[in-house]
Amino acid sequence: MVDHVKMPLNIMLAGFGGQGILFAGKLIAYAGMIDGHEISWLPSYGPEMRGGTANCSVSISDEAIGSPLVTEPDVFIAMNLPSYERFIDTVRPGGVVIVDETMVGACTLRSDVDYHPIPATEIAENSGLKGLANVLLVGKMLAVTGFSTEATLSVAIEKSVSAKRLDLVELNRKAIALGADIPDSDACRA
Amino acid sequence: MAEKVLMKGNEALAEAALRAGCRYFFGYPITPQTELAAYMAKRMPKVGGIYLQAESEVAAINMVYGASAAGARVMTSSSSPGVSLKGEGISYMIGADLPAVIINVQRGGPGLGGIQPSQADYWMATRAPGHGDGHVVVFAPSTVQEMSDLVASAFDLGDKYRVPVMILADGMLGQMMEPVALPEPTDVQSLPEKAWATNGHGGKRPHNIVNSLYLVAQQLEDTVVERSLRYSRIKEEEQIAEAYLTEDAEIVLVAYGAAARISRSAVAKAREMGIKAGLIRPITLWPFPVNTIDTIVPVAKAFLTVELSMGQMVEDVRLAVNGRRPVSFFGHTGGIIPTPDEVLTAIQRVASGEQLDLVPYQSKLTGGAR
Repeated sequence: MVDHVKMPLNIMLAGFGGQGILFAGKLIAYAGMIDGHEISWLPSYGPEMRGGTANCSVSISDEAIGSPLVTEPDVFIAMNLPSYERFIDTVRPGGVVIVDETMVGACTLRSDVDYHPIPATEIAENSGLKGLANVLLVGKMLAVTGFSTEATLSVAIEKSVSAKRLDLVELNRKAIALGADIPDSDACRA
Repeated sequence: MAEKVLMKGNEALAEAALRAGCRYFFGYPITPQTELAAYMAKRMPKVGGIYLQAESEVAAINMVYGASAAGARVMTSSSSPGVSLKGEGISYMIGADLPAVIINVQRGGPGLGGIQPSQADYWMATRAPGHGDGHVVVFAPSTVQEMSDLVASAFDLGDKYRVPVMILADGMLGQMMEPVALPEPTDVQSLPEKAWATNGHGGKRPHNIVNSLYLVAQQLEDTVVERSLRYSRIKEEEQIAEAYLTEDAEIVLVAYGAAARISRSAVAKAREMGIKAGLIRPITLWPFPVNTIDTIVPVAKAFLTVELSMGQMVEDVRLAVNGRRPVSFFGHTGGIIPTPDEVLTAIQRVASGEQLDLVPYQSKLTGGAR
């Protein structure tokens, strides 16, 4: 946990369509808004999305946000290998990289970033949280960056989950808490 | 103030329209504005209005003509190629003095172009939304909050002057989410009566006729002149622009919509480097805010227009500056969103006395990478 979150915090999330990339970004954006920051959320909506990959830019800032397009992320969450490969070189040196090890693999790391692989998809499936690997990764981001609080994310979940699926609220909360507790995988440590 | 919610720009346009008393929406799907129509399809029946997905953009704009002629608050939305298709209907509405709100969430062109954000329809919006001697008022929001705020103004202004009003957004503003405080709903009953509307009268008054055909030349000129005098009033009274750090600005950027967001970041960075930069952000594109430009000319050394196009609004900036200062241009086409650093580089070059224009400088600016 870091003591002080640098603002603005620019976040890139990327993965396959259907993994909940846009939803994960929305949770982070909502949390930032509830915490009183300026925020923006911009999805990919172009041919990439139609080809099966989705990505999402989220900015949290204490000043008016200019371009909502994140080109040099402070935090990068990757949920598949093509997305990882596409964006890893854009991460700011010293930036935080959180990957779903189940989908990306653990070992392709850049030496100048703060790297956190967790087997999110596998753990989600083994914990009765199938389909919530995305939210596990948001929980991990919370633990690594301290960008918000679990209480705030709990409210963000209420606001983001469809009113018809209130049963999902508790599962999402559980996924945040679980993700925050998953230690970095050491599968790739030398 | 109302509690802020997180919404896409497209959704904010739709919800704000409902709250402004819009009860008729006719459209045809096209990326990147489809969320607007989808939102209307869901919500419009719940407020007792009519949502109709027409068989084409041409049909949709003619339905708008009909609803407006009957006095209703009515909206249509599309994106660039779809707005081209609406051009004939828009011209007819101009000729028949019918108010309505027309949304263009711009994508790249010409032709089918692309589906990414663009500002290449400036000329179409401000110069020739359709054939003939006419204009629509054009608003240019640059935040999701403004997408919401400008809708009621657009309906009110349209009713006041009996002109169609276009909200010229782009794919970035349409797709992005930001916090937005939605306006209080308008009391539809309290809106001014439209004495010209063809809404039935039971023989209690003379017929109202809504029409744009005048076969007698003098009658046609009379209506066109009367409308042009209304345009003069609009130009005098309805210009809106935001000025950012322009009081002492030597390098004045002019940008609207998404390009203004990026330019604002670049201006802030330039200030950190000691360059006295500022930004004029037109909120009305027609009428163009010439008065704001005018007040800033004496302080400015040079202007720099930034657009997601190959340079369209820059012509209005040059007309307003009228040769008194050099006007440079920097832009990219649809989907290539300039970074603040690229704009900053352009500011630095203008500050060092260069005059930038499209062809010779773009390859230099990007190091000839292409």
